[in-house]
Order: sequence, then C-alpha cells, then structure tokens
Amino acid sequence: MKPSTAGWVFAAPALTVIGLFFGLPVLAALALSLTDFDIYALAHIDNLRFVAFDNYINLLNNPLFWRALGNTMYFVVVGVPLSIGVSLGAALLLHSKLGYFKPFFRTAFFAPVVTTVVAVAVIWRYLFHTRYGLVNWALSWAGIDPIDWLGDPHWAMPSIILFAVWKNFGYNMIIFLAGLQAIPEDLYEAARIDGASHGKQFRYITLPILGPVLLMVSILTLAGYFQLFAEPYVITQGGPLQSTVSVLYLMYEEGFKWWNLGNASAVAFLLFVLMTVATSGLMWIARRKGVE
Amino acid sequence: MALLGSCSHRDDGRELVRFWAMGYEGEVVTQLIPEFERRNPGIRVEVQQLPITAAHEKLLTAFAGDALPDVCAIGNTWVSEFALLDALIPLDARLTKTPGLQSRDYFAGAWDTGVIGGTVYAVPWYVETRLPFYRQDLLKQAGIARPPQSWDEWKVAMAAIKREVGPDRYAALLPLNEAEPLLNLGIQSPDPLLRDDGRYGNFRSPGFKRALTFYREIFDNQWAPLASNTQIANVWNEFGRGYFSFYVNGPWNIAEFKKRLPPDQQASWMTMPLPGEHGLGASVAGGASFVLFRSSKRQDAAWKLISYLSEPEVQVRFHGLTGNLPPRRAAWTTPALADDVYARAFRDQLERARPAPKVPEWERIATEIKLVGEQLANGRVSVDQAAEELDRRADRILEKRRWMLDHQTLKPTQAPVAGNKEGG
Repeated sequence: MKPSTAGWVFAAPALTVIGLFFGLPVLAALALSLTDFDIYALAHIDNLRFVAFDNYINLLNNPLFWRALGNTMYFVVVGVPLSIGVSLGAALLLHSKLGYFKPFFRTAFFAPVVTTVVAVAVIWRYLFHTRYGLVNWALSWAGIDPIDWLGDPHWAMPSIILFAVWKNFGYNMIIFLAGLQAIPEDLYEAARIDGASHGKQFRYITLPILGPVLLMVSILTLAGYFQLFAEPYVITQGGPLQSTVSVLYLMYEEGFKWWNLGNASAVAFLLFVLMTVATSGLMWIARRKGVE
Repeated sequence: MALLGSCSHRDDGRELVRFWAMGYEGEVVTQLIPEFERRNPGIRVEVQQLPITAAHEKLLTAFAGDALPDVCAIGNTWVSEFALLDALIPLDARLTKTPGLQSRDYFAGAWDTGVIGGTVYAVPWYVETRLPFYRQDLLKQAGIARPPQSWDEWKVAMAAIKREVGPDRYAALLPLNEAEPLLNLGIQSPDPLLRDDGRYGNFRSPGFKRALTFYREIFDNQWAPLASNTQIANVWNEFGRGYFSFYVNGPWNIAEFKKRLPPDQQASWMTMPLPGEHGLGASVAGGASFVLFRSSKRQDAAWKLISYLSEPEVQVRFHGLTGNLPPRRAAWTTPALADDVYARAFRDQLERARPAPKVPEWERIATEIKLVGEQLANGRVSVDQAAEELDRRADRILEKRRWMLDHQTLKPTQAPVAGNKEGG
C-alpha cells in the first residue's frame, strides 16, 4: 500500500462523516435556496418552483434584510472589540501578581459563559427595566433620568451588546490567560532592568507575543458575533421597531416560524459569504503584519 | 412516536390518545381527563402542553416530521393553514352522527372560524375576543359616567382620563408587541381586510385607514404609552396602580384580575364591549379549536375526547378552572356564567365577533400589522404610508397564493374563502 493510500484510508471515516453530515446538508441548503420551498410545497411537492436567484434578489431588495444586516454589523463592530478588550483586561488582572483570590475570580468571570442564555436573560431584563430596574436605579443616584433600555430603539442594541459581552468575555479571558502564562518571565525582567514602564512592557512584550492568540480570539469572536440570535430572541424578540433583528434572527423567522425554507437558506448563504469575507479580511491584515 | 409512547409509559392495553393543548389550558385540562377515562375505560389520554408562543412552530415542525398527535387544540386562525396542508380530517360526517354537538348552539363567528370552503375542519373549544378592561373609579374621577360605546366617545373618555392622571400615567394600554389592538379596530371596518379571494391586501381601504388614524391618534395624544407587554413587568399591578385605565385584552384576564388585584380594588374594575366607529363594534373571533389530524390512527377515540370536552357541562367546568369562555350558548345559561358580571360584556361581544381572513398566510400578515402598527404609533410613518406599506407587504406574502390560484393547484375544497365578508 502506498503511503498516500494509507493516508486516505485513515482519513476516510472522518471524511465520510463530514461529507454526510456537513457537506451534503450544505449542498441541499444551496439547492433549497434556489427554490421557493414554503408550506404550500410542504403540502404538495408540485407547488415547488425553481426560482433561480429570485430569493437572493428579493432579499437584497428587502429593507428588513438590510436593517438586519445593519443591526448585525453594529453588534459586531461595537461588540467584538469591546468583548476582546474586556476579556484581555480581565485576563491581565487575573494574571497580575498583585491580584488576590484569583481562583475565585477566575470561576466567577467564567460562570456567565456556562450558564444558559435564557436564565440570565430574564435577570438582565429585570436589571434593564425602565422603572424598577437596578441599572436605572443606580443611574438615578448619579442624577441621570431613567432610560428605557429595551424599549427605546436607540438603546436596545447597546443593551444587548452589554449583555452579550458580559455573557461571553469569560471564554476569551481563559484563552488570553493561557497565552499570558506562556510568556517567559525573563523577558519582563530584562525589560525592567532596561527601565521599561508597565505600559511599555505591555506594548513591546505582551501584545506582540500574544499576537497569534489575539488573532485566533478575534476570528472566533467575530464568527460568533455574526451569528447573533439568542440574545435578541430572548430579550427583545427583535423589537422595538425591529432594532435588534439580526441576520440569523431573520433566518430563524423565515425558516422556522413561517417555513419559507427557500428564503431562509438564501439568508444563510448570504451570511456565510459575509462571514467568509470578514474573516478572510482579518487573516489578510494579520498576514501582512506578520502575526500569523 | 407510537413506539416511544408505549415505551415511556406502562402499557396497560388501553387505546392511547395523544392530545396537545396550548398554554395554561393544557395544564388545567388534565383535571377533566379522569372523568373521560372513567366513562371510556378503553381509552387513555396523554396530554402534552405546548407553550403558546412556540405552538405554531412546533405544530408545523411536527407536520414536517410526521409527528403530529391524534387531536390538538389549535389557534382559530391556523385552521386554514393546516387544512391546506391536508393535515386535518373534515368533521362533517362525524358531526351528523353526534347529536350532542350542534353547530347552531355555537356563536356564529366562532363556529365559522373552523369552516373552510364549506367544510368543517375544527370545533371551537373556547373563544376569546378582545375588549377593554377598565377602571370604573378612574373613569368616574375623570367625569365619565358610562363606558364609551363609539370611537368618538372613547376619545373623549381617554382625553379626560389623561387630563386627570397627568403626564406619568396613561388612559389606555395597547401593547405594541401585539397585532390584536390595531387588528380589532381594523376588522370593524365594512371593508374586508383582503380582497379578490385573498389575493391582495386591502389595507388601503377607507375603513382600515380610519382605524389606522384612530390608532395613531391614541399614541400622538399620549393616551397610551409606547410600550410592549414585556416592558411592563406586571400588567395587573400597573392596572391596579392606575398606570392605565383601559386595557384591551382577552377573557383570560378576568381570572387574573380576580386573583391578582387586592380585595379592596375588586370593585373598581369592569369589562365593556369594544367601542366601534359608530356604536359598539366587531372584534376578531380568536380562541382555540379542536382538530383531528389525518395522520392519527385513533380517530374514533380522539373524536370521543372532542365530544366530551365540548359538552356544555364540561365546558362550564373548564370555564371554572381557567376562566376561558365557552363557545356554546347553552353553556352561557348556567349561573356560573350568566351571573358573572365580568363575562357579560364578552357574551355581548361574542355575538359580534368575526373570523380573521382565512388564508394560510394570515399569521404572517398579522405580524406585519403588528410591525407597521408599531412604526405608526412611534410616528415613523404616516397613516397613508402605513396603509401602503401593509398592502405592499401583504401582497408580497400572498404572491405564492396568487400563483397557486392562477394555476389552480389550490384545490377548491382547500381554497379558503378570504376576507371577513361572511363573518358580519
């Protein structure tokens, strides 16, 4: 047996599973997105029409799709840097030699990641309540008038971003922590002897060595945040005034609420293209900077 | 599924009827089942409770996955959809063989919701229609002697209450995350909601535009807050505190208000028929109806369950447990209902209730009414723009239906009659 054949034999089981449970459904969804599969087609297959790219064209002409895209981009552009910043900050604090009760805080910061979205969302909905919520109560001490966090279209998305960042930062924090712990201590020692301040140590030692980790975390977070769904579904149901409808939420409504599977598949593929472009862009920038 | 059912339970040789019911009703109906099983020793009923917000999706998913139960209580407005999917069994033959179940005893609007293209597919279980719950004491304080009966009277009343309660409180609550408040005003119009056999939206009709104008006016004058139900942590408490005086909602709230308002406030609230454009108006006949699924292998046993739950005495017991209103006039003669002062307005309203347009797309169109209504209330669009936008969205949703009607792939028996012409 040639070595290459042996390789294929070993890889075959895994490739078959991937092909069957990943490749095939993706192809089926692509085919579906070229038809107008809906409840009529569910009733009788004769009612299925091949519509070529009509689903895509209609979507691109649908203001709600652009709105959902805008909302998702808002969430990604504000949420991803914020999430990474908070994670890195928390990791630095936990890594610092000055910190106390580190195992406790590590657990506490990671706890939101493992709790279910639905349970914590209910609590956050109370925190954000206009008249009885803790957030407005705290603001009232600072003399700030109550804000209708979830009912005002301007505040709903920031509220959701805040919730999502709180929910997810622990995960990235653990990865950053591992990265920080891998940095050799003697580098810092050398820097200190040369008289580098803490800020300079961070800029010229921590950040560059953390580069690959930062890239990976960015890509993971970016991909995750593009798939915003659970938070608006549980907290605002897309409202008010559809200000928290995300692309995935739109897909869910089209596909599983109304059973327009053709349309929903088209949404899914547009999101796929968008995510591919965004992550490739990130990789390209990283490669140019030599981080990879 | 049958295999699963027999595995998870002790198999005692009885016929198993799987029954899905939505919401609180699904929880409470289990109390009525022992009596049925006593009368029918050969049948065992397994009740599964569906959350209302997820029921529609779950039913469609079950249909796609061939996992529907034997019998289910589904929303009235979904009957046409499942009839079109050919998931339902016509009930006419069974009805003629069941003398206890007479259509003429039912409120016409409620019964009509289950009739698609002349064929009966569903038997109403409980009906609901929306009308205002109101604070008698606050109305009196504002100098309003009797509950308003027309839009004009309602406007006067709301303005008076708003003057009385000040800027931080309101006259009415019309939740923005529900289509019903606006829809109920729209269905009062003499113009049907859809035109040409349900091919196009008819929201640009003068009647619907008047409803949109009235709706907008309520928010423009700050008679109602720009809020959804979810933002108001406890609707009943807020009602008790006088945050709003009119709350357009369904009959289940009779029981809630009885339970949740303190004793000294019990005398302060009442129900009233929904004001119409000129005198008392129509409203949407909602509620849930029993259907038999075609995939069921135990249709006879399932029909027995439907007949049992439709008996007037059982419906009265069910009303006692849930506060839901029976669709049969016979049940309304019992003291429990006839003497209930809160139910009286509903009894009156039910005679004027109309079915929503019977097209499978209706749920979607109702969602668009909710969304556009929210934009209108927020002042993002004008009345004319809202009407145009609604027609545009409805027409897009109905595109496939038009194609099917043109190509006659929609069979006549499946073609639901659209619009609310026949309802009133």
